[in-house]
Amino acid sequence: MTVNQIQDEIISEFSLLDGDMEMTVFYIMELGQKLPVMPESDKTEENVVKGCQSKVWLTGIVKDEKIFFTADSNTAITKGLVSLLVRIFNGQTPDTILNTDLYFMHKIGMERFIGTQRSNGFAAMIKQMKLYALAFKTKMEVKS
Amino acid sequence: MVSSSPAITNKLDIEAIRKEFPILHQQVNGRDLVYFDNAATSQKPLSVINALIDYYKGYNANIHRGIHTLAEKATKAYEETRHAAKRFINAQSEQEIIFTRGVTESINLVSSSYGRAFVKEGDEIIISGLEHHSNIVPWQFVCEEKKATLRTIPVSPEGELDLDAYRKLLSSKTKLVSINHASNSLGTINPIKEIIKLAHEVGAVVLVDGAQAGAHIEIDVQDLDCDFYCLSSHKMYGPTGTGILYGKKELLEKMPPYHGGGEMIKEVTFEKTTYNDLPYKFEAGTPNIADVVAYKAAFDFINELGKENIAAHEHELLVYATERVSKLKSVKLIGTAKHKVGVLSFAVEGIHHFDIGQMLDARGVAVRTGHHCTQPLMTCFGIEGTVRASFAVYNTKQEIDQLVEGLERIINFMK
Repeated sequence: MTVNQIQDEIISEFSLLDGDMEMTVFYIMELGQKLPVMPESDKTEENVVKGCQSKVWLTGIVKDEKIFFTADSNTAITKGLVSLLVRIFNGQTPDTILNTDLYFMHKIGMERFIGTQRSNGFAAMIKQMKLYALAFKTKMEVKS
Repeated sequence: MVSSSPAITNKLDIEAIRKEFPILHQQVNGRDLVYFDNAATSQKPLSVINALIDYYKGYNANIHRGIHTLAEKATKAYEETRHAAKRFINAQSEQEIIFTRGVTESINLVSSSYGRAFVKEGDEIIISGLEHHSNIVPWQFVCEEKKATLRTIPVSPEGELDLDAYRKLLSSKTKLVSINHASNSLGTINPIKEIIKLAHEVGAVVLVDGAQAGAHIEIDVQDLDCDFYCLSSHKMYGPTGTGILYGKKELLEKMPPYHGGGEMIKEVTFEKTTYNDLPYKFEAGTPNIADVVAYKAAFDFINELGKENIAAHEHELLVYATERVSKLKSVKLIGTAKHKVGVLSFAVEGIHHFDIGQMLDARGVAVRTGHHCTQPLMTCFGIEGTVRASFAVYNTKQEIDQLVEGLERIINFMK
């Protein structure tokens, strides 16, 4: 699936929640519960995303020129939020990750259910993922 | 655990009181708002809101210096609040009431002025493990500058101060003791009268941070014999941005000014400035006139209801909430002191307090989550933070039911 197909899928899932805040929060936490387990050994200080109020760990690897992220958080809602990004970006190329406009955020009304502080944290997660993409891209270019 | 017998039976018409608070009558996320973040800031009754509007509509002017009618009216209203504050805490005179931006500034005023003038190398300042960062950091500044030592009264697992340890900390080196009347994180009401008496025995002065007491506990500074007492208006139904510092006159007179500027001077030449009399010596610049004027309406509001009645109602809520929340599975109450204001702090095993806060918000319930600006206290309990529900006179048992219902749903979902 393309990143935009995944984004559209997320938008359609959230539309079923009909703007009900409680259902939305529960749904986000459910998504977090489905996130593949991150090995404890990856939960290092180095992998902590700076700028999040909750603790978020994020790391990525490259396989066949595509990036795969693993992530975790000490709060269930943040874990759900990062799981959305992992779902969109996993298996994508560095260029796709760098160039994606994450329009799903606005479409699902994310600003309504994450406050200012969480918004900053979410932006930090996106930035971190894009930094990974940039680093991997540079590495690949050097190799070729 | 909180004792279950309120001092007096509740005499208040809570429904009528709720009508005075327009903000309460709204829906948040599709549900009736339940506002349980009163320890952070309380909501404002119409009388306070109208006092602000009346001031700006009718007599906004700079105070003390003008001779025109509006300036006179504004000055009178401003000074009437000082009189109300004096009566509210039973100070001896209006000269002992200084308007500040709130407790934080009041403490900083004392730490900067008194601390810098009278604390010397080798002296000791005592605070407690229950203090808000505002009653820690200003003293750290003084201690660092003066090479003095900051000592801390330890806290028991119930959240009460260890008075035996306090007695041992006191010595001829103790210059100042700064303690809260009630803890913002746990609600513990501290035995400040005894704390003050013991400090005075070694010649130390005592500052009481009354942020969490103003709207809940009777305050009589003469009976307490405290040297300084601080209040924040916004935690007691008044506007944000103002509060008071009470200080014993003889101490305030000895203290150097805090800020320099207009109002605090008697005469200025380029060679020398002489300072104004109390309380103006400590009120440099144009003050927060509107909010101070409206603060009087907050004092009146509390006086009309009667602090005993307010305390009885909040106690009833606290007992009910404690009973209901403590029965929920995986919940651990943090702070179970015998004497508490209406603050219920708790943690739920396996669920982060941020998640609980957001889930409750999704159901219209506003609580505080985090360390409540008391990181050392949280460290002492071995936790990062708590969920805190704090009550005011307009809260009801039905609202507590809404909180408990929300908690039950979260706990069931997560387990």
